[in-house]
Amino acid sequence: MADTLLDIRGLNVRFSTPTGDVHAVKGIDLTVAKGETLAIVGESGSGKSQTMMALMGLLASNGRVEGSAKFQGEEMIGLPLGKLNRIRGAKITMIFQEPMTSLDPLYRIGKQLAEPMMRHRGLSAKAARARAIELLELVKIPDPERRVDSYPYEMSGGQRQRVMIAMALANDPELLIADEPTTALDVTIQAQILELLAELKQRIGLAIVFISHDLAIVRRFSDRVAVMRTGEVVETGAVADIFANPQHPYTQMLLAAEPTGRKAPPADNAPVLLEGRDVDVRFSMGGGFMGGKKLDIHAVDHVDIRLREGQTIGIVGESGSGKSTLGRALLRLNHGTGAIRFGADDISEASRQEMRRHRRQMQLVFQDPFGSLSPRMTAGQIVTEGLLVHEPQLTKKDRDLRAIKAFMEVGLDPATRNRYPHEFSGGQRQRIAIARAIILKPQVVVLDEPTSALDRSVQKQIVELLRDLQAKHGLSYLFISHDLAVVRALSDYIVVMKSGKIVEEGSTDQIFDAPRETYTRELMAAAFGK
Amino acid sequence: MLRFVLRRLMSALPTIFIVVTLSFFLMRVAPGGPFNLERPLEPQVLESLKRAFLLDRPLIVQYGHYLWNLLHGDLGPSFIYRDFTVAQLIANSLPYSLTLGAWALMVAVFGGIAIGSYAALKQNSFVDYAVMSIASFGITVPNFVLAPVLSFVFAVVLHWLPAGGWGDGGPANLLLPVISLALPQLAVFARITRGSMIETLRADHIRTARAYGLPTRVVVIVHAMRAALVPAVSYLGPVAAAVLTGSVVVETVFGLPGVGRYFVLGALNRDYTLVMGTVVLISVFIVVFNLIVDILYAVLDPRVRYE
Amino acid sequence: MSEMTQALNEPTVAVQGTSLWAMARHRFVRNKAAMASLVVLIVVAVFSFGGTWVYPHKYDQIFSSYVAVPPSLDPYPLEDTLHQVMQTAVERARLRLDSFNAEGTSYTARISSDKPVDPRATRYLDRPDEFDGAEIVSTLDDGKTVEVKGKINGQYFPFGTDRNGRDLLPRIMVGGQVSITVGLLATFVSLIIGVTYGAVSGYVGGRVDNVMMRFVEILYSLPFMFFVIMLVVFFGRHFVLIFAAIGAIEWLDMARIVRGQTLTLKRREFVEAAHAMGLSNWQIIRRHVIPNTIGPVVVFVTVLVPKVILLESFLSFLGLGVQEPMTSWGSLIAEGTTGMQYVPWLLIYPASFFVVTLFALNFIGDGLRDALDPKDR
Repeated sequence: MADTLLDIRGLNVRFSTPTGDVHAVKGIDLTVAKGETLAIVGESGSGKSQTMMALMGLLASNGRVEGSAKFQGEEMIGLPLGKLNRIRGAKITMIFQEPMTSLDPLYRIGKQLAEPMMRHRGLSAKAARARAIELLELVKIPDPERRVDSYPYEMSGGQRQRVMIAMALANDPELLIADEPTTALDVTIQAQILELLAELKQRIGLAIVFISHDLAIVRRFSDRVAVMRTGEVVETGAVADIFANPQHPYTQMLLAAEPTGRKAPPADNAPVLLEGRDVDVRFSMGGGFMGGKKLDIHAVDHVDIRLREGQTIGIVGESGSGKSTLGRALLRLNHGTGAIRFGADDISEASRQEMRRHRRQMQLVFQDPFGSLSPRMTAGQIVTEGLLVHEPQLTKKDRDLRAIKAFMEVGLDPATRNRYPHEFSGGQRQRIAIARAIILKPQVVVLDEPTSALDRSVQKQIVELLRDLQAKHGLSYLFISHDLAVVRALSDYIVVMKSGKIVEEGSTDQIFDAPRETYTRELMAAAFGK
Repeated sequence: MLRFVLRRLMSALPTIFIVVTLSFFLMRVAPGGPFNLERPLEPQVLESLKRAFLLDRPLIVQYGHYLWNLLHGDLGPSFIYRDFTVAQLIANSLPYSLTLGAWALMVAVFGGIAIGSYAALKQNSFVDYAVMSIASFGITVPNFVLAPVLSFVFAVVLHWLPAGGWGDGGPANLLLPVISLALPQLAVFARITRGSMIETLRADHIRTARAYGLPTRVVVIVHAMRAALVPAVSYLGPVAAAVLTGSVVVETVFGLPGVGRYFVLGALNRDYTLVMGTVVLISVFIVVFNLIVDILYAVLDPRVRYE
Repeated sequence: MSEMTQALNEPTVAVQGTSLWAMARHRFVRNKAAMASLVVLIVVAVFSFGGTWVYPHKYDQIFSSYVAVPPSLDPYPLEDTLHQVMQTAVERARLRLDSFNAEGTSYTARISSDKPVDPRATRYLDRPDEFDGAEIVSTLDDGKTVEVKGKINGQYFPFGTDRNGRDLLPRIMVGGQVSITVGLLATFVSLIIGVTYGAVSGYVGGRVDNVMMRFVEILYSLPFMFFVIMLVVFFGRHFVLIFAAIGAIEWLDMARIVRGQTLTLKRREFVEAAHAMGLSNWQIIRRHVIPNTIGPVVVFVTVLVPKVILLESFLSFLGLGVQEPMTSWGSLIAEGTTGMQYVPWLLIYPASFFVVTLFALNFIGDGLRDALDPKDR
């Protein structure tokens, strides 16, 4: 092909680790044509990022590359650093997943934008600065004349990612590699960044390699898709073909991985199980004994919520909206005010001692399956820990039996109960966390983003597990998430939160089909591209 | 910034006050005194000495008196070196310690940071191992072993350098003391810098700099070095204060007239004012260098703000 | 369901997992430098603490005949000096030495006098450290000449002796005992103070934490080395005082580390999970906080022990360490420094033991840090 920009042939990447070599990329072939957008899709560990890192000479020091990657006919693999540096940042540029850390915190963004321009195009400092201001305007940073002298820490995540994009466009590159550029951002910001990229691509006509784990994003954005799994490209094709007619079972699975189904609401006369009225939580940060500025945060601002028996309320909102804080306040795990009732009991003033009695009925599952399991206890010990408090009469053998039962219930092999958390995968750990919650036979479980840290395909399994458990044990869920697709599949009632307040609430159908508030509509648009 | 400096200096005063008070009373409750000599003094002489030094007054009066004088910059007369005031003793010997300490500090800071960064860049290479072995040697071998051994080898056996004495303060006289004083600190700086450099080189923004085609030299010196220096800077304060106010060991081994000996001599002889003088000196140095470290932080990292 | 009942009826076998401790141990054992250092350290400890039981010379035993003799693997006395020693001994008894013959571990001597020789004179011959068990084997010339046989007392000084005629080897053993003991005890003192202070400050948090940390900050800016020197100078060079003083200044870092750890742990989700489970404060501290602070504390302890040994040696070097005839490596090094030109072994041997031990401790510390806190994973 005459217009082939990038041609990767038989690329292998290996990492040497103390426990042996890891073959991260296994002889893959990929091409990118001029001006086209290729999406590389895969779950974590599929080697999608490492392929591009290898191309750019950015592998970690224990990584080795073999094979060929020709950019405009020039072999990139094994290119001496001096020559590579004439391509990197000039003809090929990159933006990364972590906008918070990808910019040097110690320099003004103007200087960071100017640096590659001065190096690759020999611009003077003055000219580079002028161009930097232009670029900031291009990526829609307000007041670029002033912002050019900001430090990264003075900007939000979305703004930083815009600065990264400005930097990527500075030298009119042929190819832009975008490595999960929106994953770390809130959905509404995500949508804005994607919109910006699409617009710039139209205007400038550069080729983009878009690395993502999220098929939904890829669909709107790219011309061709390459699906990667465990270091191999399992399928490539035009985006329409892949979505309409996926050939490889893995692709089919990925496409089907979006959680489906709806939950029927409980009967109208189902009793109210957990109720919070006028719940209010404030934090103060900083300050303290010897001064310093205090920063008061009103995390939850006078919120009312009622959870019925058998109901699942989805609490939706972006980071900082107070949804997690609300969940914890209802479990009396932080210092909030307001009236909280559990069943017939008013627990708003209950002491730690009095709360212990209720604890087994109200459980919590966390987002991060790595952080929520004590690393020095076995899975079995973790799962049965609550029994020590709530059923102290059990013998060690009884507890072991209960652990086996709980393991089987969440779909884990009971033979692994003496293993430690680090020996399980993310999805398995989340199952352990769920087992720990349900072993106590609770009535309410607060699920704080239980699927957010997991790959899509695993997410779906966890969603199904949660649904089964609810049906089996008649559980009520308070499901906190920013992921609307998952929320829709699990909840029958939705609460939308923004800066500590409830902006809209209603049945799932109502919220998804006919959102009233602008903010809710923005969220929907960002998530489903409507 | 100026206001910050002033405020910090003001807030340091209580620290110095605590140091002075603690030292003063600790010393006085201890047995022995400056005039308990092996040959007892004539009672009359002793009486007049005590009166001259106010030792016949109640302790609290003496304390008040000392504080009052200290406020006026008067460190009082030495009890043992009776022809000198403490201020004179310190003024006479401090320049030697400062000269020696400044050289040692420069060698330790610049040498340590340079080889630490170099080792980090060549991580796990032969150079790295060699540098880090020297660093662990420097940390492990204290200067009271190093100084005599150096003096033995280079002065006694090889006769290349003088065994001690200040002489004209030239390189020949300074070389061994400076090395003895600097090497342990150099080793610490090298280790700290290597560690923070390795961590910084793995940071995302370094990856960005490399992805944008900046040459290694720029990546390291402009982007990595600045962040990597922060931990080394925090170690600078206590080290600078310790090195510049003289080292008992180095001064003793090489027979140098610095200020470091005075503390031990003063303490052994119960020369109350001399001990207090050196304590005040050290505290002031610590306070000043902690302040310098804070200012350096702000210079290195724009996120640090002082109002 | 049948599957489940089956599993429940079967003997509850389970795969044994690998705990973080097991992994750390594994990593440590694979670290050659650290393992070698551990062996070295054990050897030095056995040498110091066991050696004094086995070794024939006492650390404070003075051999006046062997003042500042250089190290040698051959026994003292050296043969060519024996005649002179016997001559002196015999003259002390106001007798004459006619002939002297040393063979291996025994000697024969012919001694004469103008008067008959008093048999008790043999006591004079036994007086020098070199000779022992002198007895008269034959009497000649009406007792004016006697033939004496005795043993030559072979003394081994593999490390030589000091300027007071004390064997350096047992002195190094005792010095090691003192240095290692002070190192461990002072570390223990700072461990107790630091962990308690840090854990309380971190776990209670809020205003208490603020006040406690402000106090630590003030202490940090005091010239503590000087307080230690002052304490030791003014209150005497007592063993307990030395390690108490050192321990009392070294706890600050420990408190900071433990506080930081506790604060981080408090925010970790598994601690919150334990709260949500209804565990009591004490259960959380015991089951979740303490096991997870042990790693960094262990690492810090291995850094602290050599630091304390260094500090103790520094005090000893200044002449402020334990009192003679007790000694520590620092005191021995100080003694060695003063006469390097003439008696270099007095510096070389103690300094070697000292440096080797510190090296070993440092490598073990590095190994433990890599094992317990692997960053490259």
